Amino acid sequence: MADNAEILSGLAEIVEEVAGIDAADVSTEKSFVDDLDIDSLSMVEIAVQAEDKFGVKIPDDQLAELKTVGDAVSYIAKNK
Amino acid sequence: MSGRMTLPSGAAGARILGIGSSQPNTIVTNDDLAERVETSDEWIRDRVGIAERRIADADTTVVDMAVEAGGRALKDAGLTPSDIDTVIVATCTMPSPIPNAAAQTADRIGISAPGAFDLNAACAGFSYALGTASDLVRAGSARHALVIGAEKLSDWLDWQDRSTCIIFADGAGAAVVGAAGSDDRIGIGPVAWGSAGDLNQMIRIRTENNALFQEGQAVFRWATTKIAPVALRAIELAGLTPADIDVLIPHQANLRIVDSIAKRLRSKGAREDMRVADDIVHSGNTSSASIPLALDHMRAEGRVCSGDTLLLVGFGAGLSYASQVVVCP
Repeated sequence: MADNAEILSGLAEIVEEVAGIDAADVSTEKSFVDDLDIDSLSMVEIAVQAEDKFGVKIPDDQLAELKTVGDAVSYIAKNK
Repeated sequence: MSGRMTLPSGAAGARILGIGSSQPNTIVTNDDLAERVETSDEWIRDRVGIAERRIADADTTVVDMAVEAGGRALKDAGLTPSDIDTVIVATCTMPSPIPNAAAQTADRIGISAPGAFDLNAACAGFSYALGTASDLVRAGSARHALVIGAEKLSDWLDWQDRSTCIIFADGAGAAVVGAAGSDDRIGIGPVAWGSAGDLNQMIRIRTENNALFQEGQAVFRWATTKIAPVALRAIELAGLTPADIDVLIPHQANLRIVDSIAKRLRSKGAREDMRVADDIVHSGNTSSASIPLALDHMRAEGRVCSGDTLLLVGFGAGLSYASQVVVCP
């Protein structure tokens, strides 16, 4: 089972691919909306790719709760 | 002993013989909308990829646009109204359910007593109607069918709702379908269609205000994950591979959905130089009209040429979806 660091690096790759943000800038304390300027549609694309990559389900209502990169990492770790 | 029925022999295949379209003259820019609702040109371009759209004036009807598009398609096909025996209008925005659009559209074009019916599969309507027309021609039920997608979404919008009024627009597009001659390539491949009725509330007209509503994020997720596989099925049904597709014309729902479908198809072997319709930039989302509008515009711009292999894929309210491969006339 992947640890949080592995999840973070996998998630950062997805964010880079979807939103064009350098993976190195994707750290746990960052807010998707306020710090990384990712909009709701890009969040859906990130969620869809994360679902494929980590084998989790991230429904839209859950997605809205994932404010920071750290929230997403914890959610994936807990639900995969 | 009772009589024995006979059936027409039909055609080996069907093809598109001509296309045409119609749009209102009035251009509404993003800046125009920003004067009415809290939005901006940058926000709209970024989220949906639209720069401007055409909105019909109060006196212009769905049928007016259908008549103009249909007449142009007939002319493009080199046919006259008397050649047409079937008219299908794909629409979901008639002002009332009765009378239908198809019979009066046919009458105004001068087509005498054709089989005429409307088809509501929302934004998938054109591909549904094209598939139906193709099969009617193949079965011998129709000789030449006029297929029209025509919509006046502006009648069904809350102009204070910035999540919808920035997206939808008005217009019509049409195609004439007839038999493929024995020396022709088959021009319309089998339709891959389906629906997801459990998700019917995701896009609907709200009865409180008679205005279109959609759950944007949920629809975006559905469209970006479920529609590319439908398009791939249409390619397979036609006996082709993704690399055979010259031009991708998805329903112009949102440029980001269009880009996502193109990306998924390229990951399955579609070519990098496959041309991808982006007519939404100047036409907005015109529901069932968007595919034939995009085709007609791309042909006028020289981005689609006669003989090109086109992949059409419509998807929207219902939820419903349909896709087929066609050869450009």
